Amino acid sequence: MQFLTLLMRNRLAAAGGIVLSLVVLLALVTPLLPLANPDVTDTANRFLMPGAQGHLLGTDHLGRDLLARLLHGTRLSLAVGFAAAFFAAFFGAAIGIIAGYFGGRTDNLIMRGVDMLMAFPYILLALAIVAALGPGLTNALIAVAAVNIPFFARNIRGVTVGLAHKEFVDAARLAGLGHTRIILTEILPNVIPVIVIAMSTTIGWMILETAGLSFLGLGSQPPQADLGSMLGEARGALITNPHTSIVPGAMILVIVMGINLLGDGVRDALDPRLRSGALTRPMPATRVERKGTIPDQGDGEAVLSLRQLQTQFHVKNRIYKAVGGVDLKVAPGECLGVIGESGSGKSVTALSVMGLVASPPGVITGGAVYFQGEDLVGAPYEHLRSLRGDKVAYIFQDPLATLHPLYKVGDQLIEAIRVHHPVGRSEARARAVALLKQVRIPNAESRIDSYPHEMSGGMRQRVGIAMALANDPEVIIADEPTTALDVTVQAQILSLLDELRRERGLAIVFITHDFGVVAQLCDRVAVMYAGRIVETGPTEAVLNAPAHPYTSRLIACVPELGGGRRRLEAIPGLPPAVDRLEPGCAFAPRCLKASAACREGDIALEGPGMRAVRCIHPEAELEEGVA
Amino acid sequence: MTGYILKRLLSAVPVLLGITVIVFLIMALIPGDPALAILGAYATPENVAKINRDLGLDAPLVARYFIWLGNMLTGDFGTSFSLNRPVIDEVLDRFSATLLLAGTSFLLCTLLGIAAGVISAAKQYGWADKGITFAVLLGISIPSFFLGMMMILIFAVELRWFPVSGMKMAYGGGGFADVANHLVMPAFALAVVATGVVARLSRSAMLEVLRQDFIRTARAKGVREGRVVWGHALRAAMVGIIPVLGIQAGFVLSGAVYIEMVFQWPGVGRMLVDAILKRDILLVQGGVVFVAACYVLFNIAVDVAQSLLDPRIKT
Ligand code: SF4
Repeated sequence: MQFLTLLMRNRLAAAGGIVLSLVVLLALVTPLLPLANPDVTDTANRFLMPGAQGHLLGTDHLGRDLLARLLHGTRLSLAVGFAAAFFAAFFGAAIGIIAGYFGGRTDNLIMRGVDMLMAFPYILLALAIVAALGPGLTNALIAVAAVNIPFFARNIRGVTVGLAHKEFVDAARLAGLGHTRIILTEILPNVIPVIVIAMSTTIGWMILETAGLSFLGLGSQPPQADLGSMLGEARGALITNPHTSIVPGAMILVIVMGINLLGDGVRDALDPRLRSGALTRPMPATRVERKGTIPDQGDGEAVLSLRQLQTQFHVKNRIYKAVGGVDLKVAPGECLGVIGESGSGKSVTALSVMGLVASPPGVITGGAVYFQGEDLVGAPYEHLRSLRGDKVAYIFQDPLATLHPLYKVGDQLIEAIRVHHPVGRSEARARAVALLKQVRIPNAESRIDSYPHEMSGGMRQRVGIAMALANDPEVIIADEPTTALDVTVQAQILSLLDELRRERGLAIVFITHDFGVVAQLCDRVAVMYAGRIVETGPTEAVLNAPAHPYTSRLIACVPELGGGRRRLEAIPGLPPAVDRLEPGCAFAPRCLKASAACREGDIALEGPGMRAVRCIHPEAELEEGVA
Repeated sequence: MTGYILKRLLSAVPVLLGITVIVFLIMALIPGDPALAILGAYATPENVAKINRDLGLDAPLVARYFIWLGNMLTGDFGTSFSLNRPVIDEVLDRFSATLLLAGTSFLLCTLLGIAAGVISAAKQYGWADKGITFAVLLGISIPSFFLGMMMILIFAVELRWFPVSGMKMAYGGGGFADVANHLVMPAFALAVVATGVVARLSRSAMLEVLRQDFIRTARAKGVREGRVVWGHALRAAMVGIIPVLGIQAGFVLSGAVYIEMVFQWPGVGRMLVDAILKRDILLVQGGVVFVAACYVLFNIAVDVAQSLLDPRIKT
């Protein structure tokens, strides 16, 4: 779909380019064509309709051949537009280069002037110039060029400032070259592409503007006629003989549209963000394309149970298996830790539960998510939405980005309440204050009217937690909620969460990359690597006797439990790219114990009771753990 | 807030002065005897004597500027010789008509443009998005004066929905219905280009915002999608859209010159064109300075609106 759209865009650009080249070609060869004289009047044959004998497009109010006038007018309009663009670019670039190159006071003075010029609605300036110089095509050209000089000056100055302090310019200066030499040989070649791009984006505009001035009667004067003055002259007979207006008007439309299409295509091609298709917006819920059988719920006690969940990212022709068949469950009052490096798929797993994986490119391709016995994968959006925040709530990392920057935190809390509970504003506000108190925000009554940027990181995250608690959910999924915080604040937040789950019987899924945090909070832990769970068990058991080589390396990275931010870079090598997973154990390239058997086929996640590991040569014998 | 407004107003003073300097310098480009040039076709000996006295035209350039500026500050923009009427009176009359037209268009382009952009972004790659994208391309490519003429042909001549021209307001009376009836076509014709630009920009601003984490938060809260898009996302996108609205106001004001010609609208744009053709320089000068100053003030209003909308801006 996306590919098709891009293709269509390019095809449009190509169409624009072809049309434009045709028009330009036609304008170039006009004098060679066997056309009537565009200025010979023939009052006996006024207003002939298109198709009349000898006049393909008919005649105008003076009986002049419209086709000839159209082609000559096009020629003139194009020439004037190009000339205006050239002069604007020339003088604008000169001013911009001087300002940018010399900097300091020169720059300041010039740019002030440029800003002043830009303070005018452009046509006023153009009209003032034409008023001073008098109507006429040359003067209209000067006016349009002059009005566009500030635009070029500003753009080119920006580029030049960047260049003026590059090594090669400094080197030229040290070599004793004069300013003029440096500008001409070092600066100019580097800004020319920018000038050309700026010209191509403004040229359609200039053609339109000169045509406009001519239309007003301030540009080309009779008998000379560009497209604008043709239209202006035809206006008198608009109602009686519309074809005389439509012919030149349509030509302007065709030219400008061609330029715009071409320009858009070029801009898209030059803008790498657009090309990669990165600028897509996520849909309200993750796309579901479930293949294969739907696994059953398994354990009946769990409030939330993920079964063989598969979530992929489809980017162009590549498929990234971010989550490759994950089983997880959490019971009321229980805290499950999900740990792994960034890119292990732990966050995607968490977001898949409520269909919050950005889509495109995310797609849930298999498995099931049971919440209170009901499979949510592929559930209707409205049903999913009614559960979000009400039964299953999220706490995200970095609350500065995850809270709305322009809403007061109180309003965001109130909204969270009122989405699911039809209570009045004042009651919701009272509840919001109570929530803020519950997460121990001092002066909750006044803090409720703060904006996120007015709070500290720790306070913001408390707001995030309060928001998650707003509707007394059954499950809270916390996605690295303490990563952005310092150690003391982190400890406070963790103990807050711990308390809340004991008080309210919440089930918590805690996503982290820090075993210290897991040790502090979680009853059970699941270790993820390359989109799969490689080890799971009660926290104590896993910490005391990690069985998977990856787990034991992870634990070795934490010198003391709860020691704050711990990066896992200490493990040599990188996690594998999930778009080309080799068969066998994904950890093999980084594993010291890897053997040929490890690379052969799928290794099962097995073990007694609550313990399980996905490894052929585990570090320790698994003992049936006790929660 | 008041302090911020005052600060912004103060900062406009040099810009306003700069505008007068630029206009003055452009007029000084006129070759030959300034009195003769300013009066153009109206250069009778009495007029020449009068203007030399009023503007100190035999004085040096700098002195002339200050005389002119001083006069303007006291509300004296000189006398239009073609109309035999004080420039300021004529400009104020005409500007009110332009304000009605451009103001309506500006509202139209803001509302329609933002709505189209939001829908386009929310339905990215869908049929609505494709349709809007195509309409926008057409809208920004069609010259407004040509569009206006085609609208007259279709809606006034063929369908007879609206009158071609001849609003009674200019001659006193007519009433609201008459004005509204005459306003519809020119206001739409004028709004089309700006609507296209605003729609394009709103679309990309919305696409940018919809990818942000706080949108995911809103969805995770269970907020209805309509409110996510038109509330959370649009609210954040407005921060990027508003400054462009200020620029668009300049384009609407500029386009008004053409539309006023096409629809015989008695506005300041048509006044300027007539004045140029009659070489009534004082009228041009006064009109340009007055409208440019209004535009600068409008942009301050835009800045203030922006600061009201974005609490992160220090006021
Ligand atoms: S299966 Fe083999 S490669 Fe994988 S972790 Fe175990 S020992 Fe290492």
